Amino acid sequence: MNTPNTMLSPELSPESLKKIDREVAKYPADQKQSAVMAALVIAQDEKGWLPKETIAAVATYLGMAPMAAYEVASFYNMYDLHPVGKYKITVCTNLPCALSGGVHAADYVKQKLGIDFNETTPDGMVTLKEGECMGACGDAPVMLVNNKRMCSFMLPEQIDKLLAECK
Amino acid sequence: MALIDTINPLLTTGWAKGDAGWSLKDYEARGGYKQLRRVLESKMSQDDLIAEVKKSVLRGRGGAGFPTGLKWSFMPKAAPVKYVVCNTDEGEPGTFKDRDLMRFDPHSVIEGMIIAGYAVGAKAGYNYIHGEIFETYERFEEALDQARAAGYLGDNILGSGFSFDLFAHHGWGAYICGEETGLLESIEGKKGQPRFKPPFPANFGLYGKPTTINNTETFAAIPFILGMGGEAYLNLGKPNNGGTKLFSVSGHVNRPGNFEVPMGTPFSKLLEMAGGMRGGRKLKAVIPGGSSAPVLPGDVIMDCTMDYDSIAKAGSMLGSGAVIVMDETVCMVKALERLSYFYYEESCGQCTPCREGSGWLYRVVHRIEHGEGRPEDLDLLNRVTDNMMGKTICALADAAAFPVRSFIKHFQSEFEYHIENKKCLVDPEVQRMGSGFFKAGAA
Repeated sequence: MNTPNTMLSPELSPESLKKIDREVAKYPADQKQSAVMAALVIAQDEKGWLPKETIAAVATYLGMAPMAAYEVASFYNMYDLHPVGKYKITVCTNLPCALSGGVHAADYVKQKLGIDFNETTPDGMVTLKEGECMGACGDAPVMLVNNKRMCSFMLPEQIDKLLAECK
Repeated sequence: MALIDTINPLLTTGWAKGDAGWSLKDYEARGGYKQLRRVLESKMSQDDLIAEVKKSVLRGRGGAGFPTGLKWSFMPKAAPVKYVVCNTDEGEPGTFKDRDLMRFDPHSVIEGMIIAGYAVGAKAGYNYIHGEIFETYERFEEALDQARAAGYLGDNILGSGFSFDLFAHHGWGAYICGEETGLLESIEGKKGQPRFKPPFPANFGLYGKPTTINNTETFAAIPFILGMGGEAYLNLGKPNNGGTKLFSVSGHVNRPGNFEVPMGTPFSKLLEMAGGMRGGRKLKAVIPGGSSAPVLPGDVIMDCTMDYDSIAKAGSMLGSGAVIVMDETVCMVKALERLSYFYYEESCGQCTPCREGSGWLYRVVHRIEHGEGRPEDLDLLNRVTDNMMGKTICALADAAAFPVRSFIKHFQSEFEYHIENKKCLVDPEVQRMGSGFFKAGAA
């Protein structure tokens, strides 16, 4: 954790660092820490998940304590602190979604893939997660793929199509 | 795209073309940025601008319903650095209006924020966007680039001498960041744990500087208010409940979606706009303002109009305008179990009554739902809520307590049936078919 900046920053690719710089520029010069949420997402996108060393590298790059970055990474639900499959499917099962089949959609995916929530298929392709409100209740059932792609009206036919894409 | 139906469309005028009508040229073609131009060119005084917003009786659209003009007037005039922050951390179950506003008309939010910046003397702003709608965040960034290139953002806007820049910040999965001071902590790159108030954000906000925080829909309403005048906007709604409001209707209706109606529109009209009850089934209950609002039985809400005062009189809250409709296929114990799990999962853990209380609420409702309830459990649940409400830094504890108290109050016999008979009053097969996921007759 005390390794100097230059030793740790190569952990992230130059492309990722460039993206992080763009985030840092949004905030006052003495408030680089504000970019940590976006920076951790950029790091997660590059690595697939967030090993402690990567979190520390992000912290060092932003001039903050590694523990402060770890606090952020462990507080917000969509950071993956453990490896996940190539595709992470998060199903909203909250009440408004459940009224329109959110829980049943999750059951359907579990049955198709033979895994439960927080499990990954044996081939390492798909991880299934239970999600909280995604703010898209009118499109229920909804699923998020790899945190960023929102899939709406996920009835059996649409789920079959999505799972066929996860190769 | 979302289904849209409106009475007196204002906020939704730009939604007609859906994903094809959000860009700067579309917004300008429908009169966008005209009000910003007028404010800057006429050198309107900050006091006059705030007075106009006060006249409209625009009340905060995020849930609390605080008068916007009054909030702006709290900002200290002399402070050298101030901020304007938009709360698009839309994670209150049932609420999905701001996502559509940002998808279909992001420039109305940008224009509203610039005007707010002018009114309170801020030079910078941030829009905090729910992490789960990342595609919308990316579109908003694109809209900001367009506005910057056109001279609406940055130094010396439209040659007026007024400078203001605006940036997007995304969340990454934490309901608590919808609480305004949790949101500020999050922008500062920390855990989103709410701050003790006072001091309020108008005095000690982002980076310790005076900050005005409003909801997305609130900012989007500003250009329309200036365009028609505060009084005309007020008169669209009813006294003390100015203007139009977006309602997100979800659950057991034929056409879930966002609907813009004048404040004071009967609930029955809104239900009709949403296509009526799915399968023609009977209305059982409605949560009228997002999952934190107390539930109302169907016959009570049918007599309500959709405005802050009418819903409050009926014993609930208009909140964010998220209307969750439940029909007779719903087991109220199971519905409450899921909501209680949500608050347990999302409590930030800072205050003991909320951290521990939300867990107790979930575990007790869970055991009732799973046939292990005890006769004294309903009293226990009410006692736990007594120890949570008003005893924490932010309102999440109250938000966890309201559903529990109101579900038990209005549907006590269903809870008692569950405890006595160790099963749902509503047949599981009826519940299963209610969601519409399975085709009739299919396995």
